[in-house]
Amino acid sequence: MADNDVITPHEQYWCEHIALIFKLLAIWFLISFGCGILLADLLNQFSLFGFKLGFWFAQQGSIFVFVALIFIYATKMHRLDKKYDFHED
Amino acid sequence: MDLQTLTYLVVGLSFALYIGIALWSQARSTGDFYIASGGVHPIANGMATAADWMSAASFISMAGLIAFMGYDGAVYLMGWTGGYVLLALLLAPYLRKFGKFTVPAFIGERYHSRTARVVAVICLIFISFTYVAGQMRGVGIVFSRFLEVDINTGLLVGMGVVFIYAVLGGMKGITYTQVAQYCVLIFAYTVPAVFIAFQFTGNPVPQLALGSELSDGSGALLAKLDQVLLELGFGEYTEGKKSVQDMFFITLALMVGTAGLPHVIVRFFTVPKVRDARKSAGWALIFIALLYTTAPAVGALARLNLVETVNGVEQQGTPYGEMPGWFQTWENSDLLAWYDHNGDGRVQYAAGDAVLGKPTFDNARRGAQGERLVLNPGSGEVVGAAPFANELYVDPDIMVLANPEIAGLPNWVIALIAAGGIAAGLSTAAGLLLVISSSISHDLLKGIFAKNISEKTELMAGRCAAAVAISIAGYLGANPPAFVAQVVAFAFGLAAASLFPAILMGIFSHKMNKWGAISGMLTGLIFTLGYILYFKGVFIEPRADNIPANWLFGISPEGIGAVGMILNFAVAALVATFTADPPAHIADLVRHIRVPGHPRPPSP
Repeated sequence: MADNDVITPHEQYWCEHIALIFKLLAIWFLISFGCGILLADLLNQFSLFGFKLGFWFAQQGSIFVFVALIFIYATKMHRLDKKYDFHED
Repeated sequence: MDLQTLTYLVVGLSFALYIGIALWSQARSTGDFYIASGGVHPIANGMATAADWMSAASFISMAGLIAFMGYDGAVYLMGWTGGYVLLALLLAPYLRKFGKFTVPAFIGERYHSRTARVVAVICLIFISFTYVAGQMRGVGIVFSRFLEVDINTGLLVGMGVVFIYAVLGGMKGITYTQVAQYCVLIFAYTVPAVFIAFQFTGNPVPQLALGSELSDGSGALLAKLDQVLLELGFGEYTEGKKSVQDMFFITLALMVGTAGLPHVIVRFFTVPKVRDARKSAGWALIFIALLYTTAPAVGALARLNLVETVNGVEQQGTPYGEMPGWFQTWENSDLLAWYDHNGDGRVQYAAGDAVLGKPTFDNARRGAQGERLVLNPGSGEVVGAAPFANELYVDPDIMVLANPEIAGLPNWVIALIAAGGIAAGLSTAAGLLLVISSSISHDLLKGIFAKNISEKTELMAGRCAAAVAISIAGYLGANPPAFVAQVVAFAFGLAAASLFPAILMGIFSHKMNKWGAISGMLTGLIFTLGYILYFKGVFIEPRADNIPANWLFGISPEGIGAVGMILNFAVAALVATFTADPPAHIADLVRHIRVPGHPRPPSP
């Protein structure tokens, strides 16, 4: 991207950003496709507040986690923007 | 006050509110018309997105589908919410930074290609029109059921209201009416759910009621439901029937499709900053989650309620004459049917098909008990360990609409449900109509065919396109083509296989060029379209039975969009390696949209 070998702040920002996206999407995948579908039968042996665990992840738990993931992303990105001084005003 | 008057009053008040908002927020510029001039507060945009997103199908059909699908209903619950994570992390902030009016505008500029822009417009129009036909239909059905007017009259009234606020107000008018519509629909959805949850479990929070003990002391709700359904020859409620790979791919296709739907993406163009776009996606999902976490409880309670009401305490069925009033009301609107297979005069509900497909009725004569005569009964075989054959046909759509009546709730709650269903349908229809009209006036007209038109002419063209789109949508709602029932597979599959990968690669790869993007979009589009047509046959006869044995890797047409998406990525990457890199100003553009702030570098 840059013309020389020096890593620009812009590239550093983007690397950290990508790392964050990967982490959050790993959780996204693990909770919905993992706990809710692939491991549902296994998790159904356990129960939580009257739910079979796999069923709970598939019908409720994953949605709560999705909401949390977006707000974690927004907060962390706000900090990252500040760290690299990308202002919007 | 009787139900009819009350319903007219509640629906009328909600309409007055929408029109009032339209008059207050008229669009004065193309910026107002396309993206509300980017001045919408992130929380307001979150609510508007939620209303935009939750269609008549979410409001009316989803809980009923879950009630009959049990665990498998999770494909909708996860599929229609998980996409917001993709939207917030992978698309919305960068497109907001890009700062243009439409999705095809981004694809056209990023891939410096009019062809790419036109392909994107075609995908967008196809996705949006199939989707909007279902919305108008839903509005018509609610009107005809609750206000007892002709479906077409209901359609006309709905079209008139959308016309006023979409044509006058554009995105600005739509945004603020959607905020109001969200409030109406979420109130209408949760109030009956709270009543019913409390009635059955003593816990007023539906999300918790799903895991609670029943108040009649017969054990936990889900355990009871599992046991009751097993005894009637069904599978357990908490176990699925779909194969694991089918669950996986349907969920993936719905998630990616959600993130790729133009009318949802464009909502994030309306907030002031990149930071707001991120937050706004979170707020949108909170508002959506309120309904989506209530739905599984409504579904489970409705199913149990249905079994207990129909089969009775002794589980012998209930004589037709003793069924409650709602039974005949819904029988009269074709959504419920009874065929007395064993001739004992009692309505019995168990596994198996009471009728073949949807019931057809003999309108001239009535049966021995006064029921409507069904002309296409099923075989009447007893399934598994069930004590009797199934005699009852129930359309899943009844579950939400009839729930308050079944649970004996007061009339104002039933009136609310009508207003909520109409709000859900109108808000989604308006959002879809706006992206259709802006892709015509901005992408096709201003972008390609008549570059020199003034802003005033473009605004006029936008209004005209909106008016024409509403008329076509109304026509499709009144004369639904045979494929309306299949649109979910289409709209989501196509969005997942065409638009989503093209936008994603445009942001995350600065090497992706126009050849890669166009061939990828076309591959995804043609493959997905072909696969769905092959099994569902929309304009042609299906070429093969739509059964798991015939499917590719056991993936149903509903889930094939995910495979189309993978093909799109693969073909695009392959073609891009063998063709020239995009020019330098495109690399600058990509660098520019990846960070918030910073003025845009000059382009050649």
